[in-house]
Amino acid sequence: MKDALLRVEDLDFVYDSDRGPVKVFESLSLEIDRGEFVAVLGHNGSGKSTLAKHFNAILLPAGGTVYVDGMSTADEELLYEIRRRVGMVFQNPDNQIVANIVEEDVAFGPENLGVPSAEIRERVNDALRTVGMYGYREHAPHRLSGGQKQRVAIAGILAMKPECIVLDEPTAMLDPTGREEVMRTISALNRESGVTIVLITHHMDEAARCARVVVMDSGKIIADGPPKSVFTEIELLRSVGLAVPQTVELAYSLRQKGFDLPLNCLDVEECAQAVSALFAGRKV
Amino acid sequence: MLRDITLGQYFPGHSPVHRMDPRTKILLTIGYIVVLFIAEGVAAYAAVLVFLGTAMVVSRINPKVAMKGMKPLIFVIVVTAILNLFYTQGDELFSFWIFTITKQGLVTAIFMVVRIILLITGTFLLTYTTSPILLTDGIERLLTPLKRIKVPAHELAMMMTIALRFIPTLIEETDKIMSAQKARGADFESGNIFQRAKALVPLLVPLFISAFRRADELAVAMECRCYRGGEGRTRLRVLRFSRVDAYGAAAFVLLVAAVVLFDLFGIGVIS
Amino acid sequence: MSILRCENLTHIYGKGTPFEHVALDSVSFAMERGEFVALIGHTGSGKSTLIQHLNGLLKPDGGAVYFDEKNIWDEKSDVRKVRFKVGLVFQYPEYQLFEETVGKDIAFGPKNMGLAEDELKERVREAASFVGIDEELLEKSPFELSGGQRRRVAIAGIIAMRPEALILDEPTAGLDPRGRDEILSRIAEYRSNTGSAVLLVTHSMEDAARYAERLVVMNGAHVFMQGTPAEVFSRAEELQSAGLAVPQITRVCMRLRELGVDIDPATYTVEEAVRQLTRLKNGAAGGVPNA
Repeated sequence: MKDALLRVEDLDFVYDSDRGPVKVFESLSLEIDRGEFVAVLGHNGSGKSTLAKHFNAILLPAGGTVYVDGMSTADEELLYEIRRRVGMVFQNPDNQIVANIVEEDVAFGPENLGVPSAEIRERVNDALRTVGMYGYREHAPHRLSGGQKQRVAIAGILAMKPECIVLDEPTAMLDPTGREEVMRTISALNRESGVTIVLITHHMDEAARCARVVVMDSGKIIADGPPKSVFTEIELLRSVGLAVPQTVELAYSLRQKGFDLPLNCLDVEECAQAVSALFAGRKV
Repeated sequence: MLRDITLGQYFPGHSPVHRMDPRTKILLTIGYIVVLFIAEGVAAYAAVLVFLGTAMVVSRINPKVAMKGMKPLIFVIVVTAILNLFYTQGDELFSFWIFTITKQGLVTAIFMVVRIILLITGTFLLTYTTSPILLTDGIERLLTPLKRIKVPAHELAMMMTIALRFIPTLIEETDKIMSAQKARGADFESGNIFQRAKALVPLLVPLFISAFRRADELAVAMECRCYRGGEGRTRLRVLRFSRVDAYGAAAFVLLVAAVVLFDLFGIGVIS
Repeated sequence: MSILRCENLTHIYGKGTPFEHVALDSVSFAMERGEFVALIGHTGSGKSTLIQHLNGLLKPDGGAVYFDEKNIWDEKSDVRKVRFKVGLVFQYPEYQLFEETVGKDIAFGPKNMGLAEDELKERVREAASFVGIDEELLEKSPFELSGGQRRRVAIAGIIAMRPEALILDEPTAGLDPRGRDEILSRIAEYRSNTGSAVLLVTHSMEDAARYAERLVVMNGAHVFMQGTPAEVFSRAEELQSAGLAVPQITRVCMRLRELGVDIDPATYTVEEAVRQLTRLKNGAAGGVPNA
């Protein structure tokens, strides 16, 4: 068997609304391996956040199974084992910080796990250094910027020594500086510490920085692969209300005009190189 | 605006008073208040003042900042002084119109003001030098023996922590909603008491809804971090009595001895 | 004649305390009637403070704000009236909804203006249709709506006051691309139908470039740059050195220019870039590119 950290098998999920039960997923399957850096992309209401809440047993499957490290999330005995392995960071940075001192907040998870005090101290310091917030360890969270608060929230999860961090639109309420801080932090975590990252987002530029993109619409996975191949499906993405990066849009429009250009140039440099190649020999 | 509240604020530091165990500090503060109420004469008050002054100096809290915290309470102090000044019977010092100032009145007023100031400064010193989290920690542990009689010590402490954490956030939010409603022409400042109460609806409804939404999200976030009540929980900080606690306790014993002696022998008591 | 103008506007928070902070330092700028302006800058650059001055929520510590060339603080009792003429939509405005029904909530502003019942109904209907809220939703509780709908209801609450200038503080924050386009295109439509001036506060250079006729860039309590998108983006390097993003397409064009392609480096829309590249190719080769 492959080394799947998160395995979703035939997941059904139904919730009750005023107008009767609403089906969110039907037979959804997905595997995420250890060490992956995955973006789950979709517009609001596509089911991406609901899926995320299944990864650490905040929601339980109505049908099918979700496995974390081989453990079924439906098994109540394993609840804390699962939650320790899969940490979650949410959209609103204010509503996930419990304590009024940064380091006390980071300690909250390990305290709940019953880690000995000396080790908590070590874990808190390590976690804060990893996210670059060690200098703020004695600050009050409400005085920090949005990006800093999210980094503290990430440190709070790291201190539980998780295998995987699921981030549910962690940048939706941040300004560009804060978004960049969060993206850098999680990229480094994945690269340097091998933490599996699942990033729920509707920002294409963030998804473009992940190794794998899973696109969801109305509770279904409609595309899954590296960003370079997923983003070339420009019509598909537009049909589900997602915008593609301007670089891809440029390449796409030029191709329609008869230019011979690859679609998979995501960043500015690649795109500029590809376009300038068209004009080789006829430069100003 | 609403943000300039120093009352109950914590000033981080590493002074011996900061390092003192929160349990010691809570007990000492309670003891201090009791002493303040049994103290009678000038000498006893002087002893209290010396005790508090030493604590202030050792804690390295800027007295100016401490005074600032007193600001919202000036009104209370002035009213108490006036009431005592005019409504105490005794030997007349001088009088005008319907007011009479007596010697006793003057003395009581001065003592009352000094007592209130000492009381406030003393309790503030506790919050100035103890982070809210340690304070709740201390309270939780002091209450732990009461768990046997079903006092939910951990839950109370957790509630306090969360309340302290969210007060600034909610104050900020109140500010924001107020501005937003003002932008729609809401008027919070004029009208009679009923009109003003009614004008608060556009502020309070969104504020409550937001507080509940926050509570909801926070609960999920806490669950995600494996929170399951006080059972089996360890703490980042281990509370341990150390030498500073002994010094603090010793100083307090001296204070009690001095005040009791002064009281007993009537030293410095103005009659 | 400009509809809104501020002159040497200065604002200091916590004056005389150790936390003293200059949020606006002698800021001057003007907005013409019916103009669509985008206000851009970092968090903490003074944008939010500035817009709260434009409708008299904050009082200047120095300088003045003029509406219709009249200092809004001349007549203290009239400041509240300015708020009806300069509509301000705060960030995450859906959190200010409080009434039992959507219709009543939209009517809150106009009601504070003292309008009659018939007029209120008319304005609620009109405002709701501008933001694309169906009439049957007017009788529902705002809390039954989706997040995006709630946001549009909140915007309608301001539009219903028929302001002569509409200011929106990041109206698309937290929305997905579809929700973002919906709101921005509705605002653009509202403006062309009513002739109201619009000031859009945004972090997104792409949105600013797409909708605004003029950009005002703030940095460190000052106006850092202002002009048409073409003028502002022609100084892309200065923007970047101030830590402000420029649209991705502009960065591509700047790089293309460096690579020797004859394209305007201040190009800020994909359509314009495509047009230039097509013309360049066809003009030079007179036929199919790279054939």
